[in-house]
Amino acid sequence: MIELRNVSFSYGDQPVLRDVSFTVAHSESLVIMGPSGGGKSTILRLILGLECPQEGEIIINSDNICVMKEKDKRKLRKKIGMVFQDGGLFDSLTVGENVGYYLIEHTKMSYDEIEEKVVKMLGFVGLDADEVIDKLPEQLSGGMQRRVAIGRTLLSTDPKIMLFDEPTTGLDPQATKKVLHLIQKLRDEKSISTIAVTHQIVDSFAIADRYLVIHEGEVAFDGDVMQLRDSADPRVLAFLSPFRDSFKAVYERKFIGG
Amino acid sequence: MLKTFAYQSQEILFFAVRMIRALFSRTIYVSETMEQMYLIGVGSLFLVGLTGVFAGQGFAYAFTVELSDFGATTYLGRIMVIAIVRELGPVLTGLMIAARVASGITAEIGAMKSSNQLDAMVAFGIDPMKKIAVPRLIALVVMLPALTIFCDVIGLLGAYVVAIFITHITSTQFWSAVFDRLIFGNIFVGLLKPVLFSFVIAFVACYKGFTSEGGTKGVGRATTESVVLSSILILVVNFLITKVVFSLIKGYL
Repeated sequence: MIELRNVSFSYGDQPVLRDVSFTVAHSESLVIMGPSGGGKSTILRLILGLECPQEGEIIINSDNICVMKEKDKRKLRKKIGMVFQDGGLFDSLTVGENVGYYLIEHTKMSYDEIEEKVVKMLGFVGLDADEVIDKLPEQLSGGMQRRVAIGRTLLSTDPKIMLFDEPTTGLDPQATKKVLHLIQKLRDEKSISTIAVTHQIVDSFAIADRYLVIHEGEVAFDGDVMQLRDSADPRVLAFLSPFRDSFKAVYERKFIGG
Repeated sequence: MLKTFAYQSQEILFFAVRMIRALFSRTIYVSETMEQMYLIGVGSLFLVGLTGVFAGQGFAYAFTVELSDFGATTYLGRIMVIAIVRELGPVLTGLMIAARVASGITAEIGAMKSSNQLDAMVAFGIDPMKKIAVPRLIALVVMLPALTIFCDVIGLLGAYVVAIFITHITSTQFWSAVFDRLIFGNIFVGLLKPVLFSFVIAFVACYKGFTSEGGTKGVGRATTESVVLSSILILVVNFLITKVVFSLIKGYL
């Protein structure tokens, strides 16, 4: 469904990704991890067609997004939803206007129709519409903003693929749990493929089918949680070492202790 | 240094071409454009008025001192038209709008960029160039000439006050001299300049906003660069227009 083939990308003279290749199957959930500045978020931007790689191909549903015209990219993006780091909500618009943004801009639906859909979507992402619909994003907590962003993406497009950039970073445990639950719900109820970039290894257990570790722009690891645990790659070990205890505890609780 | 200057000039030029192309696309965001017109036009009235009145009075007073040496104070109105309508009105209004509006545009777009709002727009099939840049360009092209006319009128009224109470010429002497020089050439030059300045401000301010990098610090730096660059370009363009127009329509001036 999504395939990156030998992708290399640089910002100016600074190389970011080198010869990155991986695939994500239908309904699969991939978590991309790695040290900061390793190029994880850039991968999401490339998949969305916001940037184009200098080398390699990005195939989405058998189409190479790198060679598409902007008009075709717009069509393809209807199948890809992206939740940006910190939500990327439009700060001058209310929550309701943010969630209904796509419908307001691209359809001729009446205000009442859009409001009905917005209220329904806010309910789906676990927010009380009456409480939040007229608020500005800055008046919401980080977790609520993230859920509004997910709701906006779901209402904007009919995604078959969802991309999450640091979906739980900076959130308290309760908000993290709600966002992770929502991502699981998307995968289970809507059969959406998800790619999440995160530093939160422990959180990733809740959503990942597969892991990709990016180190200095290269794929250092690609495999499931068992393989991750047993990996002897020094780059993976270096990345996992600060989290070794919590990784082990959660791993044992989830996969061994039930 | 020279390489950076050449590279940035080229980038601004490419950006300007993209903006012009977006300007002639089918999608025009009317409500955003009207909002920007209000913010730029109505929001700058007080600042431009204040600039106009003090510039007009200051120049009128300075000219009064010089003209009285030759007993030619009745020419004050003529000189004020040349000074205000052709030069000071457009330049001062341009500089004030560069300071107030260019900084605002760059800061707003830069903040949107650093918080991923521009990328979110693209992800939802909206071209930020059409949604963000073009409404600001249209608003500037419409409102800057209007503000310049306002500045000219206020500047001449300021000069009129000086003419009556300091220069001691009659109202008729002042206004007949003013209308003597309010001819096509002067008005044309006085209105051509703000139209070109509005393109300069829009190109520079939007470019700096769209290309700002490095979070809040980067947005701050881009905002400063935007004001400095657009102000310098306004002065350069002003000189070039004066020079070119003088050689082309000298007979109408």
